[in-house]
Amino acid sequence: MKSIPAFFRRPSALPGFSLTFGIAMTYLSLLVVLPLSALATHASGQGVAGILKTLADPRVLAALKLSFGLSLLAAYADMILGILLAWALTRYRFWLRPLVDALVDLPFALPTAVAGIALTQLYSPGGWMGRLLGAIGIKVAFTPLGILLAMMFVGLPFAVRSVQPVIEDWDRETEESALTMGAGWGRYLWQIVLPTLAPAAITAFGLAFARAVGEYGSIIFIAGNLPLKTEIAPLLIVAKLEQFDYTGAAIIACVMMVLSLAILGVVGLLNRYFTRYLR
Amino acid sequence: MTRISSFEPLWFARLVVGAALAVIAVFLMLPLVAIFEQAFVLGWRAYAHAFSEPDARASILLTLAVALCTVPLNVLFGLAAAWVIARYDFRGKSLLTAILDLPLSMSPVIGGLIFVLLFGANGWFAPLLALLGIKVIFAFPGLVLATMFVTMPYVARSLIPLMQEQGSDEELAALGLGASLGYVWRKITLPNVRWGLLYGIILTNARAMGEFGAVSVVSGLIRGKTMTMPLYIEALYNDFDFTGAFALASLLAMLALVTLVAKALVGLQVERVRG
Repeated sequence: MKSIPAFFRRPSALPGFSLTFGIAMTYLSLLVVLPLSALATHASGQGVAGILKTLADPRVLAALKLSFGLSLLAAYADMILGILLAWALTRYRFWLRPLVDALVDLPFALPTAVAGIALTQLYSPGGWMGRLLGAIGIKVAFTPLGILLAMMFVGLPFAVRSVQPVIEDWDRETEESALTMGAGWGRYLWQIVLPTLAPAAITAFGLAFARAVGEYGSIIFIAGNLPLKTEIAPLLIVAKLEQFDYTGAAIIACVMMVLSLAILGVVGLLNRYFTRYLR
Repeated sequence: MTRISSFEPLWFARLVVGAALAVIAVFLMLPLVAIFEQAFVLGWRAYAHAFSEPDARASILLTLAVALCTVPLNVLFGLAAAWVIARYDFRGKSLLTAILDLPLSMSPVIGGLIFVLLFGANGWFAPLLALLGIKVIFAFPGLVLATMFVTMPYVARSLIPLMQEQGSDEELAALGLGASLGYVWRKITLPNVRWGLLYGIILTNARAMGEFGAVSVVSGLIRGKTMTMPLYIEALYNDFDFTGAFALASLLAMLALVTLVAKALVGLQVERVRG
């Protein structure tokens, strides 16, 4: 206890700080901090020139554009589907509701490679959905649309679960007074429900985006993986590693992390803005 | 179907429930059905045959071994981290929480890459490992490290809100009466958070057994040696052995279904404890 200076933490009557703090810090240092510093060192090994050279490669640029563009789109779609599912699961009681509620977490529990081959099977030209959509001229598997679909699949549970508690904790009296005072249902949805849901919806967007942009297993089967067309950034990291280009792999990884953290930062700011604006 | 709010127009409620059920059926149920359909498309015998392959058995055993190493270590870390974060105020606590959450917002591929950069052929520790004759990358320790990284936050994340809500009154009272810290942990802290801990273990285990991106980077993909089930499924699929791939996939899909049921049941218990 005495080994930790008093300014470092507020005094507590509970013993055990040194032991548990020691375990947690050792674990985090070895498993996260040390490996991530290796990543940063490798990425900056050839200086700014090395970073620019890697980024100037059209294949890298195309992969980053594809990954970030599609995952922003997927996050947006998941946000809307998330509100829909959360609303349906909390505002009504219907047969099989507990089953449907449990199923929402399927994309989280299903190993990504399994989801990947299942989606590919379904949406390839010979599969159930592939035949159906092919008849109206829509190709999903081995196109960017397939990547979008896989990204939406893995992000959906996170979107639903961030909106659900907000609708659950709804203040029923506000709703009743608004509606008895003569506001129509449409106006009520637009003017009261949507703004109240905004912060949770933004969180849903952020979580779904974070999951989608890094996703690998469920995408690589359905993507087709054509360079410049349907090659996602995580796959390019794997490709660089297979050529033993550690620096290239580390640079793409770092750029991905910086970009996603920046986007998640903006999402956090928006969330704070909407939370405050509502009060 | 009944509405919770009678102010909501019936047509709206029907529209929402209909749309939600359609999304669930097409988007979530159909892939699940497709897995089992493909696994049994050539009949039971072909399905059973897929599991008699020595490489398939090796991949199942390897997956179990990786999970068996990963889960206990992450439980130990999760308990320690949750205790520190939920029970004390100290400088850098928000930084600690941010680092704890980092694996959730990182590509699993990067989770594998960082260990290649440490222990791989040109990695920081390559000379040391060569000296000691230990292989980490393209071997079992690498698989465990990558899996530990990816699944690190789940136990701590499940425990922290629970521990924070319960507070430390009971623990302080027992300590004041002269109980030792170990006794307090065993008799008060652990029983109070047992459902949260179980919840975290279920999530960690599901993620550990199904992890793909991180382990594919560190595995080296040696059949029968370093291929976990998800990696072996990929190999079978790329060899056009669809029945084999979907048979193994159906096993993981069943694990996912068991996980969902366990998660829902334990989740209810956690809600009950939190009141």
